[in-house]
Amino acid sequence: MANAERDKPLAEIANDLRRLVIATLCHTQAGHPGGSLSAAEILTALFFSVMRIDPQRPEWEERDRFILSKGHAAPVYYAALTRRGFFPEELLQTYDELDSLLQAHPDMRCPGVDMSSGSLGQGLSVGLGMALGARLNGFDSRVFVLLGDGELQEGQVWEAAMAAPKFDAANLVAIVDDNRVQLMGDTANVMPVEPLAAKWRAFNWQVLEVDGHDVNALVGACAAARETSRPTVILAHTVKGKGVSFMENTHTWHCAPVSEDLKKKALAELCTREAR
Amino acid sequence: MVEMMAMRDAYGQALADLGAQDERVVAVDADLASSGKMDLFAAAYPERFFQMGIAEQNMTGVAAGLAAMGFIPFTNSFACFATLRTADQIRVSIAQPKLPVVIGGAYSGLLGGKTGKTHQAIEDIAVMRAFPNMTVVAPGDGVEVRKAVFAVADYGGPVYLRLTRDPSPVVFDESYDFKIGRAVLVREGSDVTVITTGIMVGRAVEAADALAAEGVSVHLLHAATVKPLDVAAVVAAAERTGLVVTAEEHNIIGGLGGAVAEMLGEQLPTPMKRVGVADVYSESAPDVDLLQKYGLTAGHIAQAACSLLERRAAHPQS
Repeated sequence: MANAERDKPLAEIANDLRRLVIATLCHTQAGHPGGSLSAAEILTALFFSVMRIDPQRPEWEERDRFILSKGHAAPVYYAALTRRGFFPEELLQTYDELDSLLQAHPDMRCPGVDMSSGSLGQGLSVGLGMALGARLNGFDSRVFVLLGDGELQEGQVWEAAMAAPKFDAANLVAIVDDNRVQLMGDTANVMPVEPLAAKWRAFNWQVLEVDGHDVNALVGACAAARETSRPTVILAHTVKGKGVSFMENTHTWHCAPVSEDLKKKALAELCTREAR
Repeated sequence: MVEMMAMRDAYGQALADLGAQDERVVAVDADLASSGKMDLFAAAYPERFFQMGIAEQNMTGVAAGLAAMGFIPFTNSFACFATLRTADQIRVSIAQPKLPVVIGGAYSGLLGGKTGKTHQAIEDIAVMRAFPNMTVVAPGDGVEVRKAVFAVADYGGPVYLRLTRDPSPVVFDESYDFKIGRAVLVREGSDVTVITTGIMVGRAVEAADALAAEGVSVHLLHAATVKPLDVAAVVAAAERTGLVVTAEEHNIIGGLGGAVAEMLGEQLPTPMKRVGVADVYSESAPDVDLLQKYGLTAGHIAQAACSLLERRAAHPQS
């Protein structure tokens, strides 16, 4: 299953992850659709092309690491992990339920989850620690940290951003899911984070900007991240709720349950999208 | 003459020695390594020392990441910043995933070298104790610090290690067998139990000596590990004398006194006095003046013991 999945075009995998997200969130009647859908191509690029991982050995020491610092996008993370073969798809039905490995926000008890997360702003520091640890161990592991654009309002992100270049943490790659919408509305209104590229450049990072819904562009950026001695940030320009028309570009679907009717409508749109 | 040793000096030497025997040990600092004496480790093992600057939240997260990669990180800042500015980082990135980070809190209590209330830590035990998965260790002298450093490194889970700055009396000798979670009997007595954590043990010994001269026999138990509390030892000590004084350089709310009262309240309700800072913020002043004004001297411990004895004499149990 996992291997057949890997032979699919990456864009199809991303769309498949979206369908799993919608189904999971309808089943649990809770959770965060908008920021999960915006990250589907990013997770696809990492888990189906870029990262050196082995679902048969989730604890393999020399693997690459991934931290979902924007932990509320757990549904798309779990979708990627199951499609990549870390656990059976049936487990998705237990999302958010008592004793489940699939907690609302990621927990390390789940196979494939390298770091628990959920309180925004903490992942980049942990990622830096992992990057330094990998180097100290003599591993060429890379560490990928996915941040939200709203999350960049947390001060700790910039403490970590200041520190990573000091240590020449070239094996650290931050990816910003820049969907421009957060819980209360447009990021630009809630608390502007722009100019993002200039901010990261000023902190001495290599800055790459890509269309965050172009999987091949994301894969290319992750490859380009190897070509420098500095840490790299990939600003992935995305659309909140991408792929489901009524969820796109709105904060109302940041955190909201998906009804049975809207699930059908969303899945129909996602199928049409694939057929195109 | 009582031998004196600064806990921070013992800590610095122990950490460097630990680094020599265990390559997994790494040190992460927030610009206070020379104060907390982590600089000895830094000089000996520069490749395993990470200077994070004045950014405690990031320091704490980096430590979590290093722990996730198989290392045993010790963080370093003043106790107040190490535990309070970083409380959410400790909660989510260390305590919840049970990562073996040793959170080093230097200059705990009131004695930070005339720095005042912003740099004093009187809430740290209470906050750290409230985190599930967290172990809280407050050694009482330089000998115990050294033993604790080696013990916490082997512990395999999150630990808050509460340290102090200035020279204090040496209470324990090298043969002392330190174990996390075990309280030790310092003096055997029969009239009143005194339970200490951290630096108060030296002052409690002084109080016990003074009371002995007046014919009062103190049963002195030292609980370096506030969490998990040595329930059996505390219950036995309470049972033995029927009166309990707790002593800590911390707020009387939430620390050792709170832990002992919570547990005895359920298991063996016992008249108590809590010696500590009386839920007020302190100030900057010479050490001796602070200890006197905020009720943390040997005299205050003795006074608390006497008041319990007087109360029992006035209202003997039927």
